[in-house]
Amino acid sequence: MVNPQMVMYEEEFNQIQTVVDRLVRDANAKVVAIVDKNGQLIAGGGDIDNVDTTSLASLLAGNVAATGGMAKLLKENEFATQFHEGEKANIYIQLVGRQVIVVVIFDARSSLGLVRLRVKKGGDELNNIFEALSKKVAQPGKDSPFAEITDEDIDNLFND
Amino acid sequence: MSFINYMAREINCKLVYYGPGLCGKTTNLQYIYERTNPEAKGKMISLATETERTLFFDFLPLSLGEIRGFKTRFHLYTVPGQVFYDASRKLILKGVDGVIFVADSQIERTEANLESVENLRGNLAEQGYSLDKLPYVIQYNKRDLPNVASVEELRQMLNPTNQPDFEAVARTGVGVFDTLKAVAKLVLTELRKGGT
Repeated sequence: MVNPQMVMYEEEFNQIQTVVDRLVRDANAKVVAIVDKNGQLIAGGGDIDNVDTTSLASLLAGNVAATGGMAKLLKENEFATQFHEGEKANIYIQLVGRQVIVVVIFDARSSLGLVRLRVKKGGDELNNIFEALSKKVAQPGKDSPFAEITDEDIDNLFND
Repeated sequence: MSFINYMAREINCKLVYYGPGLCGKTTNLQYIYERTNPEAKGKMISLATETERTLFFDFLPLSLGEIRGFKTRFHLYTVPGQVFYDASRKLILKGVDGVIFVADSQIERTEANLESVENLRGNLAEQGYSLDKLPYVIQYNKRDLPNVASVEELRQMLNPTNQPDFEAVARTGVGVFDTLKAVAKLVLTELRKGGT
């Protein structure tokens, strides 16, 4: 199969959340979010409740995909970093590994240099976690929790 | 590529509405958005031109309910239908779990439909997917217009492999939810097989 299923377990989620929470503190960030390239939010920290993370994740993934498309045109492998500067908020976007996007939203209390430095360190840690996760998912015997759903289960979803 | 999150007890799947320019992909999403309970939907995002043509994509997150204790969430996307936005269409197909092809039933759009379905097949193949293996449904839209081809003709041209297909008038909602339910069922059935 081209795309193996993305799976998140509690153990790895907690490891990721620890990195995210530290990144919020160390980078003086307002929000840190971890998003997969298909636009699914994996984890978030900081003032995340005041952000529409579903929309943010989808737009980020679109943005990263479009940037990746431009990279291909220029025969670049990838543009791994993006920075958007606003009047009050700034967004720093960093690709980690093949599938994961780290996004940091910050204001004047922080700086691009600090964010870049902290994301680099946190990014390496995240990369290790996601690599270990993908190996775990690829192990045999990790059946989908949906292996035993019935037609009735599916039909029940659609009974209005 | 579906995303199973054991921590949040959620399963997320990606559906893409494909089809020629002005066939009604965005209209499908708008109708679903209007008719879905606020607690089951997120914000609809449309990246469109000033003349309301889709520039990059429309996005609508939907929750369908729970299966075996897992919340099922579907992310609905449309592609820009206009021929010259092909690079964007390819990007949106990444990680897709199910495709809805929206055909414009008007006779004068026959060629555009055929071209778009070929484009879909080609763009999927570039990413290693096969349209014949992916959950796939077809919608014959704009059935209320006077100059439409018969369903039999459309079926012959666009649905040789006999996938689930539906007549629709997306503007008024006819067939919109039937189409969505059909593809969602196929995607969930595919998950049961373990996504292989």
